Amino acid sequence: MAEKSKYTKRSDGRKIEELRPIKAEVGIVPSADGSAMYESGNTRAIAVVRGPRTLHPQHMQNPQKGTLRVNYGMMSFSVWDRIKPGPSRRSQEINKVIEWALAPCIDLAEFPNSVVDVFIQIPQADAGTRVAGINAAAMALAHAGIPMKQMASAVAVGKMDKTLVVDVDKEEEDFEEGEGATDIPLCILSRTQEISLLQLDGKISPEELKEVISMGRKACAEILKIQTAALKKAKDVRGIEK
Amino acid sequence: MSGEKIIPNLQKERIIEYIGEKKRFDGRKLDEYREIEVKMGISNNAESSCSVKFGKTEVYAGVKLLPSVPYPDSQDEGTFMTSAELSPMSSEDFDLGPPKIDAIELARIIDRGIRESGFIDFKKLCIKEGEKVWQVFLDIVTINDDGNLMDVAGLAAIIALGNAKMPVYDAETNKVGHELSKTHLPVEKDAMAFSMTFHKIDGTIVVDPTKEEEDISDLRLTVAVADDGKGKPRITAMQKGKEGTVSEKDLAEILDLIEHKWKEMFPKVSKFVWGK
Repeated sequence: MAEKSKYTKRSDGRKIEELRPIKAEVGIVPSADGSAMYESGNTRAIAVVRGPRTLHPQHMQNPQKGTLRVNYGMMSFSVWDRIKPGPSRRSQEINKVIEWALAPCIDLAEFPNSVVDVFIQIPQADAGTRVAGINAAAMALAHAGIPMKQMASAVAVGKMDKTLVVDVDKEEEDFEEGEGATDIPLCILSRTQEISLLQLDGKISPEELKEVISMGRKACAEILKIQTAALKKAKDVRGIEK
Repeated sequence: MSGEKIIPNLQKERIIEYIGEKKRFDGRKLDEYREIEVKMGISNNAESSCSVKFGKTEVYAGVKLLPSVPYPDSQDEGTFMTSAELSPMSSEDFDLGPPKIDAIELARIIDRGIRESGFIDFKKLCIKEGEKVWQVFLDIVTINDDGNLMDVAGLAAIIALGNAKMPVYDAETNKVGHELSKTHLPVEKDAMAFSMTFHKIDGTIVVDPTKEEEDISDLRLTVAVADDGKGKPRITAMQKGKEGTVSEKDLAEILDLIEHKWKEMFPKVSKFVWGK
């Protein structure tokens, strides 16, 4: 691979492994059991947790343990081309992959027949909305006092032509030169260090993918620190008296 | 959740007892609004967007503009569509799924208040008569429901519309650019109406109810009010909600309240919308 990559400088001047500026806050929706905001550059996610509460309809209940249900949605004005409100095929798939990403974090054994609802809304999008949603949701679950086995932190690693970069924004996602853009959203669990979300759109070699995961791990460790710091600031974590 | 909401009797009795003594749980007077907070720029991809809070109730509103075709009966006018999402994020009383009657009613009341007041100059939203006009999308999303979503959403709506800028548009290529121009959405400042909602709880009229007050109210009357040009209120839209009825005394009381609350709220609302 002697050929040089056509992506030599990031559009916003960031270093290859540099995350966008992050803001995280817990307790933003007072009526919820848990809530959090996670902002990465111009992408912002709000997550709210309601439950555990009885799951309806009854036939969906699991007598063994509680159910995690995720609902992700982009606000119609979150992107330049207005999105019609309501669920789409895309949002329904994202619901499912986020459920799978977060399920290993929580222990719902004590809540049979119940549901823990996670609502994720994206008011402003600049790529990486599902990973921002996961970061906010993990914080909101902890804030709601749901029994946590570990935290979840997520980031999208990208490959622009031949260059690997961390935390892809929209301009990068649309990069078309050379080999174009490859987007790899992934989620790392804090205790097991295993991967609970892994998707890829584009083309990549197995060696490069290894590098992607290792860059993702480093970024997620940084994100975890910010999530933890925001949770420590929260005054009203359910089940914990301060 | 389905069917009527169950409200604990004890809670209901306590609220009624308080209201009877002209008191409220949060220490407000019967005709006192909660503190209002406005934040602009919730989305940098919108033509305008804002968050509005009355106490703990929070609503987002965003405006998007798209070239579209005119309606057959108004060939030289832009079009307007309001949609509201009572997000299950904002309350345990709201379910997932297509908009239900509460959300539809909210959107329609806000839509009428704005349309009928003449706030938007639809003639100026005509690009080519009979062929192309701007379509204005107003989208409302509830973030936290602690009562009076109607007035919070109503204020968010006029703030978002009042501050919207037109996207860059090239008439020759017929393309909308990915940026905003310096031109404001054509609005008639003097026509601005905002909604004030009155609730009747055990015969007493209150403004800006919290959720627990709203849940036990018998009657809701939403009134959109503009300036008549002479410093007096002019009603531009109304909606009575819930099973309770309006007596002559109620109406007199509400009209009185409109007069004096409007005087107090109009300068505040103007400041939120126009920044001065």
